[in-house]
Amino acid sequence: MIELLQEYWRPFLYSDGNHITGLAMTMWLLTASLCIGFVVSIPLSIARVSPNRWVRWPVQFYTYLFRGTPLYIQLLICYTGIYSLAAIRAQPVLDAFFRDAMNCTLLAFALNTCAYTTEIFAGAIRSMAHGEVEAAKAYGLSGWKLYAYVIMPSALRRSLPYYSNEVILMLHSTTVAFTATIPDILKVARDANSATFLTFQSFGIAALIYLTVTFALVGLFRLAERRWLAFLGPGH
Amino acid sequence: MFEDLLQTLGLGAFSLQGFGPLLLQGTWMTIKLSVLSLAVSVVLGLLGASAKLSSVALLRIPAQLYTTLIRGVPDLVLMLLIFYSLQTWLTSFTDYMEWEYIEINPFGAGVITLGFIYGAYFTETFRGAILAVHRGQLEAATAYGLTRRQRFRYVTFPQMMRFALPGIGNNWMVMLKATALVSIIGLADVVKAAQDAGKSTYQLFFFLVVAALIYLAITSASNFVLRRLETRYAAGVREAVR
Repeated sequence: MIELLQEYWRPFLYSDGNHITGLAMTMWLLTASLCIGFVVSIPLSIARVSPNRWVRWPVQFYTYLFRGTPLYIQLLICYTGIYSLAAIRAQPVLDAFFRDAMNCTLLAFALNTCAYTTEIFAGAIRSMAHGEVEAAKAYGLSGWKLYAYVIMPSALRRSLPYYSNEVILMLHSTTVAFTATIPDILKVARDANSATFLTFQSFGIAALIYLTVTFALVGLFRLAERRWLAFLGPGH
Repeated sequence: MFEDLLQTLGLGAFSLQGFGPLLLQGTWMTIKLSVLSLAVSVVLGLLGASAKLSSVALLRIPAQLYTTLIRGVPDLVLMLLIFYSLQTWLTSFTDYMEWEYIEINPFGAGVITLGFIYGAYFTETFRGAILAVHRGQLEAATAYGLTRRQRFRYVTFPQMMRFALPGIGNNWMVMLKATALVSIIGLADVVKAAQDAGKSTYQLFFFLVVAALIYLAITSASNFVLRRLETRYAAGVREAVR
């Protein structure tokens, strides 16, 4: 156990000497996919609640597809499936993009989390208090100003508890990245396991690291909720 | 035979270049696995919820530890941890006892592992649902002289199901999608079948999309059933009209 830690603490945390690995890689996967997902999901969530069905339906179809299928299959399609198509390999740009495991993984993760985040934000927009929007309209706000100053600030705050759930789920989902040869925490644990045969200890260390990150994220979100959801009163 | 049957029915396109039966077997494996794991996790969830709500600290603390630890660690990590460790422990045990080498049946281990992991999520769901049942109901049941068992069977359980149903549905969906991971620990589920079929025909993309569509069909069907159940269990509740 001590030898295992001595040999593998560095790869478990940040580097195996040549590449970024372990915790650092997992955090990079998490933040990158969450950031892309967040930015894209804001316009999509507004489109999701649009009264125009030709705007609403494509977004609904996208979230239906990505929330109804496992992330693992989405990753397999992005990583091995798309690259097996001759048409993709014929295009130099697409060939270069899909040959890189990191690009494929981030694409699959971002698409997946974006679908869930879109539904969370759309739900929050839909549950806006009527009076709030009417008051904003009475003040002459309309179009993007209505969204930028009234609807989105309120909707994003109220979706914080659900969004924190999604962040934790995404952290747990990043574990499938090792199937696309990305050296995240679980990949290091598997390498340690096959080198030392200390199965329980290798995966146990990985589990402890994930547990720590989960608790840290939960704590951070609790602080954020205290700050931005204070207006919801005691008990929240 | 399956191939011929499809050809005679004029459904040649559905045989998927002869890999239809393989995919069908994989799908059946996925469904079997998720339904059995659901059963295990619901039982564990009910036990865990009762333990967590118990006044005995010796029951409450382990249950609290179970839900906190399991829900804080990714399911894939737990799956690998439990699945491989079970085998290692069993092997060292049989070595120690000088018995023959016993290999754990991967299907059984998969069911136990998934059931154990999602049992923690179900514990939280059921705990919340039991707490949501009005206290007066239990007091009335006690006043009528019902025993503990009767109180749970006839009063708490039917009422908590309504509160638990959205959570159960959610957990089921997450668990269903988590079954895609069992191919990593070597079970021949629909993902494994699609990968095998794709590799031998060089049409990986096509077969993976087929696997995704199979999952989509299962999740859509579950969604439909869950919505029906929710209206059923909400019968007689004013909230249902809204």
